[in-house]
Amino acid sequence: MSKKGDQPSMERRQFIGGTIAAAGALTIAPGVILHAVADTDQRTEGASSEHRWGMVIDANKCADGCTACVEACNTEHSLTGLGRPETDAAWIRTVKLKDKQTGNISRLPVMCQHCEHPPCVDVCPTNASFKRADGVVLVDRHTCIGCRYCMMACPYKARSFIHEALSDQSVNAPRGKGCVESCTLCVHRIDEGVMQTACQEACEKDGHAAILFGDLKDPNSEISQVLKKYNSVQIRGDLELNTGVRYRNL
Amino acid sequence: MSKMYYRELYCGSPIRFWSGLALLGAFIVIGLGSAYYMEHNGHWVTGMSNQIVWGLPHVFAIFLIVAASGALNVASIGSVFGGPLYKPLGRYSGLLAIGLLAGGLMVLVLDLGRPDRLIVAMTEYNFKSIFAWNVILYSGFFAIVGVYLWTMMDRSVSKFNRPVGFAAFFWRIALTTGTGSIFGFLVAREAYDAAIMAPMFVIMSFSYGLAFFIITLITAYIWGDREIGDLRLTRLKNLLGVFVGAVLYFTLAYNITNLYITQHHGIERFVLLDGGIYTQMFWIGQILIGSVLPLFLIYSPAFEKSRWAIAAASIAVLIGGFFQIYVIVIGGQAYPMNLFPGKEVVESGFFDGVVASYTPTFPEAALGVAGIAVALAMVAVGARVFKVFPETLEDPNS
Repeated sequence: MSKKGDQPSMERRQFIGGTIAAAGALTIAPGVILHAVADTDQRTEGASSEHRWGMVIDANKCADGCTACVEACNTEHSLTGLGRPETDAAWIRTVKLKDKQTGNISRLPVMCQHCEHPPCVDVCPTNASFKRADGVVLVDRHTCIGCRYCMMACPYKARSFIHEALSDQSVNAPRGKGCVESCTLCVHRIDEGVMQTACQEACEKDGHAAILFGDLKDPNSEISQVLKKYNSVQIRGDLELNTGVRYRNL
Repeated sequence: MSKMYYRELYCGSPIRFWSGLALLGAFIVIGLGSAYYMEHNGHWVTGMSNQIVWGLPHVFAIFLIVAASGALNVASIGSVFGGPLYKPLGRYSGLLAIGLLAGGLMVLVLDLGRPDRLIVAMTEYNFKSIFAWNVILYSGFFAIVGVYLWTMMDRSVSKFNRPVGFAAFFWRIALTTGTGSIFGFLVAREAYDAAIMAPMFVIMSFSYGLAFFIITLITAYIWGDREIGDLRLTRLKNLLGVFVGAVLYFTLAYNITNLYITQHHGIERFVLLDGGIYTQMFWIGQILIGSVLPLFLIYSPAFEKSRWAIAAASIAVLIGGFFQIYVIVIGGQAYPMNLFPGKEVVESGFFDGVVASYTPTFPEAALGVAGIAVALAMVAVGARVFKVFPETLEDPNS
């Protein structure tokens, strides 16, 4: 090819234009299709800021070897494991601790703490992680892009990424490959007026009653009375996230 | 100074050019195939898990994105800070920056759980999220550097070169500040949650970007049978030495602060002493290969004008930089979060209190390598189609 003048030729300009147009089309096209399909947003006003749902968990009542809460959560939300613990979803887990100084043993379930100032919501680029007016922290599975930044940010390791395609899902919790999810505080029950989470129900059924769910904003609720009467702590209270889940005897 | 002529970079042998491009194309195809495999099956086929949520693709992506903004420095020195020896290198600096960013972003996007929802990331913004800001900073970088290149290549708009150069310089500082802040803003994990992350990433970008620039510049001039003068290369080499030293200084400040804070002794012990592969990557990868070796090659009188030493130092900086980001991204996640200070985790249903294991898989590596291939392919095609490289880079008075 011979050496050309200093001025860019039309072919070159067309090349630039064509490249930019192609890159733009490739970026936007899948999304346009997605939006056309997903444009049936039927969310209605529901949650009220007059409530703040939360839990208090008594570590002394959490029985060694018991996993009733975990199993109940898995059943309620169809969290079927695939025998791959590192990638299987875990919305609630039990943890057994030993005090390094005193040797005291405690046991407790850990799940999303439904913070007032949730780091997962702060970092989510698309607002898919959000907090309802009633304090329940959720993931919008329509706008979660699966970047997993919320999992990096959550101080409680409460979130799971869906690592594979799912089948046999529960209507209580629609889930999908490539999105992040966590404890919903059984929001489907709350919205139906059932004031008991699956984990609490299972714990009571097994005779331990370590978990108490209720409205933190209602001064007369059992949970408010218990929290007023007894000392309780937040996990990583130093972060000042004002968690909706509190622990006694930890 | 004599007038500078720019000319498309033609390789002496067309077979070498097209086969080189075909090789890069093959890497890209393998990487895209890997991305499809990972998306189709879900991330369980990778080494990533609910404990290590960001794996090898993120290491490649962050490495390339950080290097991209650093690659633009040469142009900035030329047009913003008035370095005449750097000015002829400005066009290539812009092209390399765009290429590296495109490669990094491709890897980042294809590792998303839902890459098909890219449009959501570009239309829904949570302005408290540094990730959302980065979406704007990354896409804006393409536009600003594109205009910057235009002012460098078209004489009719060259009067805007300086203001656009300033804008590009500030934008690139903002971009790397944003990338570092991805980690700086994470309160949960002991390895992160530190303001120094932002300036440390800026200085890392200076170092990696310049290393990428030097090694590809030398390669391109060998490729096109053109001349580079010793003076210019020595300048670039000395600048690289300063940047490598600066990264070391920031690493020292970060670690000394953590060593002072009792709460952070665990993570320091993990990285510096008993973290297994991460400790090795830190000492052998980042410190020995990435810092000590290049500083020796750059400042030893024995290699004063050795091009081999300059190239080797640049490659060592890149290898060390890759390990540094690996330790930051993967090591920082592998070290367990301390949910219960003063307590030891005896049992957990979700890997609390234990070091998370991570073994990268082939598809993850292939996707990452494809990012580098995209960057190099864009540079190769760009340099062939546009007048990016000066006909000669011989020293001004030679």
